[in-house]
Parts: sequence; C-alpha cells; structure tokens
Amino acid sequence: MATLTPGTMIPQTVDNTHDDPTQRAPLVLGGKDFKGVTDAVVYRTERKPHLYWWICFLISASFAGLFFGLIGYLFATGVGVWGNNQPVAWGFPIVNFVFWVGIGHAGTLISAVLFLFRQNWRTSINRFAEAMTIFAVICAGIFPGIHVGRPWLAYWLFPYPNQMAMWPQFRSPLLWDVFAVSTYASVSLLFWYTGMVPDLATLRDRAKGKISQIAYGIASLGWNGSSRHWHRFERAYILLAALCTPLVLSVHSVVSFDFAVAQLPGWHTTVFPPYFVAGAIYGGFAMVLTLAVPCRVWFGLKDIITDRHIDNCCKVMLGTGCIVTYAYSLEFFVAWYSGHHFEQFVFLNRPFGNYGVGFCSMVFLNCVGPQILWFRWARRNVWAIMFAAMCVNAGMWFERFVIVMTSLSRDFLPGSWAQFKPTWVDVWMFVGSFGLFLTNFLLFLKFLPIVAMAEVKTVMPEAHAHGDHDDHGHAADNGEAEAQTHGEAH
Amino acid sequence: MTVLDAPITESVSQDAVPAEDVKVYGIVAEYDDVGDVIAATQAAYDAGYRKMDVHSPFPIHGIDDALGVKPTILPWIVLFMGLTGMATGILLTTYTMTDFLPLPAWVPTNFEGYRYLISGKPFDSFAAFIPVIFELTIMFSAYTAVFAMFLLNKLPLLYHPLFNSKNFRRATQDRFFLAIEAQDRKFDADDTTAFLKEHKALSTELINE
Repeated sequence: MATLTPGTMIPQTVDNTHDDPTQRAPLVLGGKDFKGVTDAVVYRTERKPHLYWWICFLISASFAGLFFGLIGYLFATGVGVWGNNQPVAWGFPIVNFVFWVGIGHAGTLISAVLFLFRQNWRTSINRFAEAMTIFAVICAGIFPGIHVGRPWLAYWLFPYPNQMAMWPQFRSPLLWDVFAVSTYASVSLLFWYTGMVPDLATLRDRAKGKISQIAYGIASLGWNGSSRHWHRFERAYILLAALCTPLVLSVHSVVSFDFAVAQLPGWHTTVFPPYFVAGAIYGGFAMVLTLAVPCRVWFGLKDIITDRHIDNCCKVMLGTGCIVTYAYSLEFFVAWYSGHHFEQFVFLNRPFGNYGVGFCSMVFLNCVGPQILWFRWARRNVWAIMFAAMCVNAGMWFERFVIVMTSLSRDFLPGSWAQFKPTWVDVWMFVGSFGLFLTNFLLFLKFLPIVAMAEVKTVMPEAHAHGDHDDHGHAADNGEAEAQTHGEAH
Repeated sequence: MTVLDAPITESVSQDAVPAEDVKVYGIVAEYDDVGDVIAATQAAYDAGYRKMDVHSPFPIHGIDDALGVKPTILPWIVLFMGLTGMATGILLTTYTMTDFLPLPAWVPTNFEGYRYLISGKPFDSFAAFIPVIFELTIMFSAYTAVFAMFLLNKLPLLYHPLFNSKNFRRATQDRFFLAIEAQDRKFDADDTTAFLKEHKALSTELINE
C-alpha cells in the first residue's frame, strides 16, 4: 500500500478500508484510468441484457403488473377491499407511504449532504442512490394517492382557484406533505437528471446504434464538455446540493408532523422529526446496501464501488441505527416522565398489547440485528452486510406499522377500539410496490449510466494537474509523495 | 479496433483546402494530461487568444483561471427566484387563509380564498404556513438552478460543429480538447496549429461549421 503511484497496477485484493491518517485511501482500484472507468460503467449498458437481468426484470414487472391490477380493483370496488376501518383509517397505505418515503432519503443525503461535506466517496454510489430515491418516492406517492378515497379527485390537493371557491387547508400537516413530497420528488428528479447529463453525453458519444445515438443525444441536451458549461454546471450542482440538504431534512420532518401534530397518544411528541429523519436515513442506507452489494458484483463495479464505499455505508447505517435505538428508548422515557395516563398506556400496549409481535420484531430487527456491523469482519462479509441490511429493511417497515397501528387501534375510549387486520389486497399491494420499484431500478441499470462517471473521474489522482496540490495540504516539493496521496478522498 | 480505441498520435491531414462555402469553426488540439491542457490553455491565453474553450470529460480544477472564465451570475438568479418563491408562499397562504388582507369587491368568488374556522382558532396563524412557504422557496430556487444553468449554457442545442470530429467523441471519456475558434482575432489556421503543436498537443484538427 505504501508505494502506490498513478498508473501502477493495483490488484483487486487491495484493502482500501484502512484508516491510516498519513495517506488517503484510493477510491478507484484495479489500476483503472479514465477510459477504464468509462468502460466498466457502461459495459452493461452497451450490451444485450444478461439472462439474469431478464429473469429479474420479468419477475419484477409481473409484480408491478399485479400492483397496478390491484389498484384497478381498488378503484373499481372501493377502499373496502383493504383492511382499513374506524379507527384504523390509515392502515397499510400510510405505513407503506412512510416506509417508501424513508427509503428515498438516503439518495439525497448521499448526493447533497455528503457533497457539501466533501465526502468524495459518495461519487461512486450517488447515481445509484438517487435513482433509488426517485423510484422509492414514486412508490411512496402512489399510496396516499390511492388512499384518498376518491382518487380521481386527488388534484383537489393542489391549490388552484376553482368554481367551488374552496382552497386547501394550509394549516394541515397532510397538506404540508403534499408540498413537501411533491417538491422533494421533482427536485430529486432534477438533481438526478442534471448530474446525469454529462454521463448521458458519454453514452451518446460511444453509442453504435442509431436509436441509442438519437435517444442519448436528445437526453444529453447536446452536452459537449465545455469548460464554461462545467463552470456553471458545478455552480448549479452545489446550489442544488445546498438546497436539497434542508429539503431532505424537511421532508421526513413534515411526514412526522402528520403524526406529531395529531393529539393521539404515542404520536403527539416533539421527538418525531429528528427521530423520523434518522430512521429514514437508516432505512435508506439499508436499501442502498441491499442494491449496491449485489450490483457491484454482477455489474463488475468492484473497483469503483469498493470495499471502502460499502464499509462507509455500513458505518452510516450503524450510526443512524444507534440514533433510532436511542429515540425508541427516549419515547418510553417521555411516556413515563409525562405522567400522562393515555401516553403510558400506549407505550405499555406496544410491547405487551395487541401488536406486541410487531413491536418485538421492530426492536430485534432495528436495534439488535444490525449491531453485528460493529465488527470489522462483518463489514467485509457480504452475507453479514446483507443480513444487517435486510434486518433494517424489514425493521423500518415494522417501525411504521407499530407507530400507525398501536396508536390508532387503541386510542382514548375503549369503546372505539378496533383491531386492524390486513386483507390479501393490502399484502399484495405492498409486495407489488416492490415490483414497481425493482422494475424501474432494473431499467435504470440497463439504460442509464449507473455510476456518476464524470464525478468519479474528478476524485482520481490523474484529474489533478501536477503542481496543483497546494489546496490539498501536501508538500509541493516531493513529487512521489504527492503522486501517492493527492486528490483522493476520505 | 475502432476509432475510439486507436491512440491518436498523427494529426488529421489539413492539406485539403476547404471549399469556399464551408466556414471554418476552429481548431481543436487533443491532450491526454490535465497538466498539459492547463499549460497549453494558459499559454494560449497569454498569447492573446480569447475565443477558445476546453472540452473535458469532467470539470478541470484550475481551468477557469487559465481560460479567463468569469464567475457566473447563476447564484444571483437563484437567490432572486428563491425570494420570489418565498413571496409566492407567503402571499398564497396569507391571501387564501387569513382575513386581514382587504379584498376588493371585484375579486371573483373563486379567487377569494377560504377561511377555515376550526375550534375558534385564529385565521392569522403564520407559523402553520411556514412548511408550505419553505417548500415553495426550495422548489422555485432548485428549478431555477437547473433550468437557468442549462439556458445560460445555451443548452439544449443538439448540434455543435465540434461533433463533426470523430476524435472529439473522446471529450466525454478520457481526452481533453482545447478548441480555438476561427472567430478569434488572432486565429490563423497555420499559426494556431503550429502554436498548439508546440504546446504538447497530441493531435490537431481543423473543424468546419
């Protein structure tokens, strides 16, 4: 490790997860130069899809079809096909909504927050995570859309002058959600697309077929890599990152207001916004790992999404997991400390009451299982990582389930209590939403640049001119030392 | 072996004199090293060339100084539109929800707003409007950052004379191109080519419009 110079062949087995403060870890391995990175990223895009891709795609697309079929059934029959009742009027759709919106958060966190903090390792996984964000938010948007009862009137959510002389209630957290989620979805889409334009231009310039040349040509808007364009592009990108950072924090805060502003015991707490945001990042990173760990193997991207990237994601997941665990215990403390009869009942009811199994699953999956990542070997082991990520994927769904169900089904008056039981439509709609998510994701893997090539190239040592390293804090007089260390990232 | 794979060391022939009606766009010089292209650009700037640009697969650190690129006004546009978004949010919520803005009689009913009286709570509840105002601020500024950036870059523009060059396709992959336009006052096909060759260009090519 000590004598790496640009151009030296670095074998794949190089461990770049060290934390030696005297030198920065390389972020691109395998001795790849600019062309090597481009070739690796576009390899699958330029070839016919693999058989496994087709198998995955057909399965996912079938489930997506099932999802839309069930939505049709729902529209034709009415919300009675769900298990929703009074008082559990929110049921699965809102659980699934919060679950999917939460997953969407990791993408923007990686692209915006880590960009502002100059975490260069984000460049290898941000495109991925942003795509995941968009597709998760699409799934998230569908659930409240079909939950409104008369979905053909869903446009009433938006403020516009109309002949009924009605306006939406701007004091309602549900209306805040409309603004937060629609802003988030569209701004994330713009952020994703803007970052992708230079890479689409790369695909355009390499395309052999007429159709792909035209399609990528239009999608890349005529990008020609001009430095004047790059200058404004970089400025726009940092502005977007700065705007998305408060946005991403606001979205799940607003989602948590749906609960926290209500008077219901178990919901009406001030800890919800930070707790929800941490939970969203937790669940989002779990999904990033779930997708990145297999994809980096199947798509030959091990040199670009290296062990270090996976390691970093595991650490972020572990950190946010600890925040979530702390929030769980804080909720119990506050319930006890409040001296509030109903609040205390709801929190006793969570582990020991009608949804005790859900609560215990949540605690095990979110607070216990992922603790395996404290061990270094676990962060190197694919199966241990996937175990932790799968724990969190399931656990975060259970968290939303517990929050929605326990409070709604057992509120103030025992006379109004009722049990929620999901129907087959509830269950298969949730499964079907995964189909839609994965279908979109597989199409993305096939047709779009799956790694932000232009950004990865900027964090390679070759991207910096010799003598242009004062700002990296290295001694300028030693050419070799500089070649080893400059330019790469934390 | 395709054109893209072939190492470009020989310059494309410029013996063929372009026909009278073909306009020359300029000359591009190819580089494979960031340091070389920055040095060549700086040299060209010092030599008096102004209408030139560097095309690269990623933003090059330090090229703006060499090219003399001025800071963009984009942040000011974004700031302005962000404030517009904020004003829109404040006006939308205040106008439709509260009762302290006087409404002229000629306002049609469907523009009047709607005052929800819920548990006797006050109409003028600014704190409850902040999420909407905030989201609109972000929405306006983020859309502006993207669309204004592309418009200032004069994109989308699917045709560019440089796309006529096969070599130039590597500008989005692994090569750096210094393009000096024929519009430049100092431009002279032979002198400029010689100048670029002197400054470590791997190849030079004359590009027609």
